Amino acid sequence: MTGILSLTTFAPIIGVLAILFLKLASKPGDRKKVDAASKWIALVTTLATLAISIVMVAKFNPAEPGFQFVESAPWFAGLTYSMGIDGISVLLILLTTFLMPLCIVASWRSIEDRLPEYLIAFLLLETLMIGVFCAMDLILFYAFFECGLIPMFLIIGIWGGKNRVYAAYKFFLYTLLGSVLMLAAILTMANIAGTTSIPALMQFKFAPQLQIFLWLAFFASFAVKMPMWPVHTWLPDAHVEAPTAGSVILAGVLLKMGGYGFLRFSLPMFPDASHYFAPLVFAMSAIAVFYTSLVAFRQTDIKKLIAYSSVAHMGFVTMGIFSGNAAGIQGAIFQMVSHGLISGALFLCVGVIYDRMHTREIAFYGGLVNRMPWYAATFLLFTMGNVGLPGTSGFVGEILTMTGVYGASTWTAFVSATGVILSAVYALSLYRRVVFGTLDNPKLATIADLEPREVIIFAPLIVGTLALGVYPDAVFHYTTASVDHLIEAWRAASPVSVGG
Amino acid sequence: MMDFSGAVALALPEIILAVGALILLMVGAFGGDKSTGLVSVGSGGVLIAGAVAAAYGPLGSTFNGGFVADNAAAFAKVFIYGFSAVGVLLGDRWLKRMAASKFEFPVLIVIAALGMGMMASAGDLISLYIGVELQSLALYVLCAFRRDDAKASEAGLKYFVLGALSSGLLLYGASLIYGFAGSTKFVDIAAAVQAGAGQGAIFGVVFLICGLAFKVSAAPFHMWTPDVYEGAPTPVVAFVAAAPKMAAMVLFARALLQGFPGAVGQWQQVLVVVAALSMGWGALAGLRQRNLKRLLAYSSVTNIGYALLGIAAGTDQGVTAMLVFMVLYMIDTTGLFACLLALNRDGKPMETLADFAGLAKEKPGLALCITGLSFSVMGIPPFAGFWAKFYVFKAAIAAGLWPIAVFGLVASVVAAFYYLRIIKTMWFDPSPGRTDASPLDARGVAVAAALFSCGLVVLALNPLDTVAKLAAAAFHLS
Repeated sequence: MTGILSLTTFAPIIGVLAILFLKLASKPGDRKKVDAASKWIALVTTLATLAISIVMVAKFNPAEPGFQFVESAPWFAGLTYSMGIDGISVLLILLTTFLMPLCIVASWRSIEDRLPEYLIAFLLLETLMIGVFCAMDLILFYAFFECGLIPMFLIIGIWGGKNRVYAAYKFFLYTLLGSVLMLAAILTMANIAGTTSIPALMQFKFAPQLQIFLWLAFFASFAVKMPMWPVHTWLPDAHVEAPTAGSVILAGVLLKMGGYGFLRFSLPMFPDASHYFAPLVFAMSAIAVFYTSLVAFRQTDIKKLIAYSSVAHMGFVTMGIFSGNAAGIQGAIFQMVSHGLISGALFLCVGVIYDRMHTREIAFYGGLVNRMPWYAATFLLFTMGNVGLPGTSGFVGEILTMTGVYGASTWTAFVSATGVILSAVYALSLYRRVVFGTLDNPKLATIADLEPREVIIFAPLIVGTLALGVYPDAVFHYTTASVDHLIEAWRAASPVSVGG
Repeated sequence: MMDFSGAVALALPEIILAVGALILLMVGAFGGDKSTGLVSVGSGGVLIAGAVAAAYGPLGSTFNGGFVADNAAAFAKVFIYGFSAVGVLLGDRWLKRMAASKFEFPVLIVIAALGMGMMASAGDLISLYIGVELQSLALYVLCAFRRDDAKASEAGLKYFVLGALSSGLLLYGASLIYGFAGSTKFVDIAAAVQAGAGQGAIFGVVFLICGLAFKVSAAPFHMWTPDVYEGAPTPVVAFVAAAPKMAAMVLFARALLQGFPGAVGQWQQVLVVVAALSMGWGALAGLRQRNLKRLLAYSSVTNIGYALLGIAAGTDQGVTAMLVFMVLYMIDTTGLFACLLALNRDGKPMETLADFAGLAKEKPGLALCITGLSFSVMGIPPFAGFWAKFYVFKAAIAAGLWPIAVFGLVASVVAAFYYLRIIKTMWFDPSPGRTDASPLDARGVAVAAALFSCGLVVLALNPLDTVAKLAAAAFHLS
C-alpha cells in the first residue's frame, strides 16, 4: 500500500486544479454556475479523500508500533520526501478527512463572495493538514505546518467578520513567531544529528543541556498552536472572526497539530527535557483549565465562549501528554479526537443560528427551544459532550487524562477536576441563556428549525460523539501499540540527568 | 603563465560583452533612436551569449591572477547575465510605452553587466575596483535615465554622490591592504596576512567591507537604497535590485575568503554586526513605508542581511547558502518589481500601498503573483524564500552563530508584517477603481517568477544545490 499517504495528502489538490480550471475556462457571466459546480467539485473531492483515508485506516495494522505505509524519496541537500503514519497520527488524519466534507456542506449557503477561491483555500488547507500528520522528515513537516498558515490567514481575512483583519494578522504573526524558533531548533538538530528523518532523530540522543533549548524552541511553536495559556489570546479573536467552517477546522484540526507535535517531537526526541519541564506544563495546563473556564463564563459572544472552552479542553491534552503514562497519553489522544468532533459541532451549532440572525450575542437569543426543537436537542447533546457527560466522547477523554495525571501530579489532577465543574457552569449557562427561557426577542419569532442540509452535517457528528463515548476502544485499538512504544522511550530517559 | 589565446578563452564572456557593447553603441550612434529595437535585441543576444560562454568556458586564472574564471565566477555570471537580459527586455518595452526609446539604455545595461562580470571574476584589488566602478557608473546613468523627471534625477545624483563616497572608502581600504600586504592579488594578500601583515591590513579590510556593504545596500550603509528605488524608473530598479547584488556578494565572498582566510575571526565580527543591523533595521523601518518601492528597498536591506550571514559563517556551507540565497532572492525581487511594472492606473504607475486596495478583484492573476512572491520573501515554506533562509540559517547555526540566527528569524517575523499588509490590502480591502491593461512583458516575467518561487523551486533545488556547492568550493584556493 505504499503511495496511499501521498494519495490521501494530495487528493484535494486535484479538486483545486479542477476548480481553477473551471474558473479560468468560464466567462464572466457564469458566476452562479461556476459557484455551484465548484461546490460539488469540492464536496466530491473531500468525500473521495475521506474514502481513501478510510481504506488507509482499514489497511492499517494496529499491532505494529512503528511507522507504516512508509514512502521515501531523496530530495536535495540530504533531505528526503518521506511519509509514514503510526497509531498516533492515523486517527488525526481520519479526523481531518471526516470534518472536511462537513465544512464544505456547512459553507454551502453562507459564503457568497468569491466562493471558488474559498473552496480552493479549504482544499489546500486539507492537503497541508494531512501532510503535517504524514510527514516523516522534519523539514517536510515544517513545510506543511507553516504553509497551513497561508490558507487560514486568507480564510479569516477575506471571509471573516468585522474585525477580521486584526484577527488574521494576530493569528499569522503569533504562530509564525513560535514557528521560527522551532525552525532554529530544527536546523540545529539537522546540523548535529546530520539527518532530518524523524524516525532517525527519535533514536538520536541529544545532549541533555541542548535538549533544554530544543525543547523550549519546539514548545514555543506548539504551545502557541495548541494554544496554551498564556499564549492563547489569538485563538478567541481568530475563532470569532473566522467563518463557521474556518472555526470548525481551526478547533477541530489545527489545534491538534500542537498536541501532535508534543507527542511526535518533544516527548520522544527530548525525553530528558520533557521530564525536566513536565511540572511547567502541568502548571500551565492547570491554569488553562481553571482560568480560561472562568474567562469563558464571562463571555457575551457565543463563539468566544466556545473558543475559551477549547483552550480549557486543550489544557487536558497537554497535561495528559506530559503525564508520561499510558492512561494520560491515551486520554490526551482521545481528547483530541473527541474535542475535534464536539467543538467542531458546537461551532456548527453557532453557525446555524448565525446564518439565520447574523449575530452571535448571547443576549440576543433566548427561548430557541420553542421554535427549534431539533436544534435544541442537537445543541444539548454537544453541550453535554463538552461538559464531559458519561456516554459522550468528552467523558472518556477527560476521565482518562485525569487518571493519568493523578499518577504524575496529584494537585494538577485536583485543579483540573475543579475545571470540569466550571466547564459545566459555563456550558450549561450558555445553553440556558440561548435555548431555554421565553422567546422574547421579536426578531426570533420566525426563526426556522434545522433544514435537511444541516441535519446531514450534524448526523455524522452525533453518531461519532456517541459511538466514541460508548465504545472508546475504537480509538485505543489504534493508539495502544504506538503509545506503549512511546512510553518505553520516555521511561528509559532518566529524570534526574538535567538541571541537577 | 598562460598564452594569449588561453587568456582570451578564459575572459571570453567579458570580451563578448565588451565588444558587443561597442558594436551596439555604433549601431545606435549611426541608426539613431529608430534602431533601439535592434540594439535591444542585440543586447539581449550578447548577454545570453555571455551567459552561455560563462557556463561552458574553461576554468583558470589569467592576467597575472587579476582575472579568475572559476566555478563561482561562472555561477554568478550565468545569473547576472541572465537577469540583465530580463532587465533589457523590461526596460526596452517600458521605454517604448513611454515613447522615450533611447538606444543607450540597453547598451548601458550590457556595460553594467560587464562590470558585474568583472566583479565576479576579480582576483586582485585592481580588477575589483575596475569592476565595481564600471558597474556603478553605468547604474548611476540608468537611474537618472529620465532626466526630465525630478525624482529620477535626484535618485541618480544621490546614488552617484554616495556611491563615490563608498568607492573612496573602498579605494582607501585597498590602498591600506596593498601597503601592508605588499600585493594587490588576493592570493598574495592571504599569504602576507598569514605571515603576519598585521593590524594595518585588517584595518584596510574594514574599509573594504564598508565600501562593499554600501554596494549591496547593507545597514548602516543602506541610506541611498529607499530613495534610489523610489525615484528610479521601475524597470531599472528591477535590474538594480537583483544582478548587481549578486555580483557584489560574490565579490564580497571572494575578497574575504580568498584574501583573508586567516583572519576569519576579525572580519566575521564586522560582518555579523552589519548582518544583524541589516536584518533588524530593514524589518523595522519597512513597517513605516507606504510606498511599495521604498518598502521593497527595506525588504532588500533585510535580505542582504541574511545573505551576509552566509558569508559571515566563513565556511563552504555558508558560501553555498549565500549563493543559493542570492539566486532565489533575485528571482523573487525581479518578480515583485515586474508586478509593479505591470500595474498602472490612469497611465500612472501604482506605487503606494493604497493603490493596491482590492487588486485581487481587479487583477486576480497579478494579485496572486504578488501574494505568492510576498509569501516567498516572507519565508513561508515551501516557497523559494523559505529555502533561501533555510540554507543561510542552517549554515549560520552550524558555524556557531546561533544567537544571530535566532535574531534574524525573529526579525523575519517583524518583516512578515509588512508583506502581510500588502496581501491584506489586495485581498481584504475594496478597490478604488479600474486599473490599466498590464503590459505582456512585465506580466510574463511576474508570472514566470511566481511560478518558479511557488512551485518549480521544489524541483530546482536539487540541481541548484549541486551547482552552488561546486561554486562555493572554488573559493578554496590552496
